[in-house]
Amino acid sequence: MSADRPTDRPAGRKYVGQPLKRKEDPRLITGTGHYVDDIRFADLLHVEILRSEHAHARIRSIDVSTARKAPGVAGVYTHADIAGRCGVFPAINAGIPDVKVPPRYPLAGGEVCFVGQPVAAVAAEGRYAARDAVELIDVDYDPLPAVVDPGEALRSGSPRAHTGLPDNVAFRWETKGGDLDDAFRKADRVVRQRFVSQRLIPCAMETRGVVAQWLPGEEELTIWTSTQVPHILRSQLALALKLPENAIRVVAPEVGGGFGSKLNAYVEEALLCVLACILAPRPVKWIETRRENMAGTIHGRGQVGEVEIAAREDGKLLGIRYDAIADLGAYHQLFTPLIPTLTGTMLCGAYHFPAARMSLTGVFTNKMSTDAYRGAGRPEATYIIERAIDLVAAELELDPVEVRRVNFPKEFPFVTATGAMYDTGDYGKALDKALELSRYASLRGEQEARRRNGELVGIGVSTYVEICAMGPSKGMAGSGWEVATVRVGSSGMVDVLTGTCSHGQGQETSFAQIAADVLGVSPGDVRVHRGDTARVPDGVGTFGSRATAVGGSAVFEAAGKIARKLKRIAAALLKVPEEYVTREGGAFVAGEKSIAYAEVCFQAHRAAALPPGVAPGLEETYFFEPENFTFPFGAHVCMASVDRETGEVKVERYFAVDDCGKVINPLLVDGQVHGGIAQGLGQALLEEAVYDEDGQLLTGTLMDYAVPKATHLPWFHCARTETPTNVNPLGVKGVGEAGTIGSTPAIVNAVVDALGPLGVRHIDMPLRPEKIWRLIRGASEGRSG
Amino acid sequence: MKYPVAVTVNGREQRREVEARTLLVHFLRDDLGLTGTHIGCETSICGACTVLLDGKAVKSCTRLAVQVDGASIVTIEGLAEEAGRAGLTTPDGLHPVQQGFWERHGLQCGFCTPGMILAAKQLLDVCPKPSEEEIRRAIEGNLCRCTGYQHIIEAVRHAAGLLAPAPAAAVVEGGGKP
Repeated sequence: MSADRPTDRPAGRKYVGQPLKRKEDPRLITGTGHYVDDIRFADLLHVEILRSEHAHARIRSIDVSTARKAPGVAGVYTHADIAGRCGVFPAINAGIPDVKVPPRYPLAGGEVCFVGQPVAAVAAEGRYAARDAVELIDVDYDPLPAVVDPGEALRSGSPRAHTGLPDNVAFRWETKGGDLDDAFRKADRVVRQRFVSQRLIPCAMETRGVVAQWLPGEEELTIWTSTQVPHILRSQLALALKLPENAIRVVAPEVGGGFGSKLNAYVEEALLCVLACILAPRPVKWIETRRENMAGTIHGRGQVGEVEIAAREDGKLLGIRYDAIADLGAYHQLFTPLIPTLTGTMLCGAYHFPAARMSLTGVFTNKMSTDAYRGAGRPEATYIIERAIDLVAAELELDPVEVRRVNFPKEFPFVTATGAMYDTGDYGKALDKALELSRYASLRGEQEARRRNGELVGIGVSTYVEICAMGPSKGMAGSGWEVATVRVGSSGMVDVLTGTCSHGQGQETSFAQIAADVLGVSPGDVRVHRGDTARVPDGVGTFGSRATAVGGSAVFEAAGKIARKLKRIAAALLKVPEEYVTREGGAFVAGEKSIAYAEVCFQAHRAAALPPGVAPGLEETYFFEPENFTFPFGAHVCMASVDRETGEVKVERYFAVDDCGKVINPLLVDGQVHGGIAQGLGQALLEEAVYDEDGQLLTGTLMDYAVPKATHLPWFHCARTETPTNVNPLGVKGVGEAGTIGSTPAIVNAVVDALGPLGVRHIDMPLRPEKIWRLIRGASEGRSG
Repeated sequence: MKYPVAVTVNGREQRREVEARTLLVHFLRDDLGLTGTHIGCETSICGACTVLLDGKAVKSCTRLAVQVDGASIVTIEGLAEEAGRAGLTTPDGLHPVQQGFWERHGLQCGFCTPGMILAAKQLLDVCPKPSEEEIRRAIEGNLCRCTGYQHIIEAVRHAAGLLAPAPAAAVVEGGGKP
């Protein structure tokens, strides 16, 4: 089987922009790729973790004596056994002043603060023996009152999530701009609404997993882990384990989805490293069960707040005020406190608000931490603003499409009231295209007709803008650059080493397209390496829709340096001035003279005939530091109906126009948009992480937590406009999160529109049948009563 | 206490002794080294562990290895060979369903893909020209978090076209009316 078979292309055309089939697919469709659990060592020990069954408790004692004697057990470990080897797990400074950081250890010290927190670990011969032994550990807990609801957490007298903290406030933060008092004074109408962005569970299909090995002779720790950020993780582990960073090698093998949930440094990763050191040289493996994944891998969203919008009679928006509470859970994971602040950055959405303010309180609760989940703070912003615009339109009896249109910024760059500088955009164009794609006017006609027949049918629109390509380092909590090394061997084959860490995005293909165009080779001659700190010199990782915009730009620049060097060497070999040399097909040409690309590569390494001042070899590294974020945008239109008898929502038709700047591979962009819409629909209709009042996770399996199935989804009709960014050389903005951000409000708007005739003004997500059925029944009782 | 199991996996007979509680998926992965079959939930919801058991797509995380004694199993590693036996291998050496997933970008992270491919293969065995709705229903027991399923549906249709080449199958884009 050919490992690379690009689609046919006419001579002279570029690979960038073409729908190439993926280079990574052959191994994945034949089951021959290697995810963490597929890594096998003959002498591997399996690790299983005992987790807290209480949301909040003091640990009185842990009896591991029986477990230690169980068959096949190599060791049983508690906090006391490993405390000397791993200190407090660090959290990134999110740039928020006075944020409280409760100490986080691999295994709980004296207090457990959420259901699922690791308490003890067993290493044994085989997973069954390890699971058997975990059952034999006896923990004596002294249960403490738990705080579950973030609003309750702020009441005086509320139980405290951590006994060592005076209250549950982790931080208070504010962002503002413009004269808000003036905006509300001048307003003809003020619209108020409370919005909930419920907690979600990312549910990557591959759970997390770790293999770790310490080689005492080499003094080297290798950790294979399902992560989006190997280099960040290496730094975090070095701090926690007090090992030199260059003694740690982090490898992300095939990673089975992340969506932000693997943009982190988890206590299990540190734990496995510690156990590898204790049990060296035997490697240790831990594979998260789905139940552990639901309880102990980060959750997303978890934000509630009150919005007030000041508007003029003609639909012009004057100001927005948002007071929000973020449910952080018990501990700070890597970016926990930072995520809800992104909501403030994007609070103004795609509209020109002269004044805006977000006040945010981050609170601790006895639940799993929230952190970056696809969209990370921007879906919350887009949801509240797009819902609120519909409320403004309803209040003023204006068309929701027109209220959007009259408030679009007209000129770019555009600086919002909360300080974001939107790079480029043409929001009206995307909206027009979506209206055309959906035949919006005839959809409204159809809705009218069906309403007359008594059907509950609605149309929802959202026009979103989001912040991507993270980002300029001075505007980020961590570094924002990305690095690539491009290396051309003596035969002309190309290696691209990228600090990004694809986990489904397809950068083995899209980065090969970028390098192939710059170097004038086929993508089949390019091999992209990622996810190994020993192989890739440095890196930041894949998150925040940054990989192609930032990492791809680094590839472009590094490859460009090599292309220029090749040309210089070719000119010397052809004995002509450099400016006479062009690249044609597989050769460098100057008039009648030509030399094959492969020959120039060989001579670069042979180094016997290099021009003066040119070093041997073809390897260049480029750190790309973006000067700004990018701001992709788009318009989504949804038609949904509601079954009067059951309350069930059917998304009948879905139209998405997304503008992610320049497109490297349209096939991959479509895939990102589809998957994004599916996750956005999941939040709108199905998904919610539910804890009971004692802090027990009720949605702890895929039986109870509704990840969208194929039958839940409509066909997505997608189109694009293309407005390149000017902040990177590729013109790429990023597309990983757009679908999720745009779809949730479009769907909710459609359902609220469907229920409009019943007097429904707003419903909190997820729009499950039971909730809607009650509303319908309430409305009909109200009418008959 | 261990029990003998004799099972034909991807055309080869395998004999092992296993604990009674050994799950089929662990038997395939740990005893036979066939790690293409993935574990996504261990509760038969997600379908990542789907294999063909005597030609039927089953979830190998909720079968015991001892239950399949005497049976014939095809995992993702054996699917191309299976196609070869039926004379269906594509020029890339793949089963047409695998080819469809490659052609139509039917996978992103790839974790659900082996199970998804085998579920789709079972559908095409019994329903050679499935509608969009039939494909959605057939893969309902297999979760994918990446693709939104749309390219998977296109992949299955593409495979259907490869399996029934004449007359050329018209691949209709989209189900709903625009």
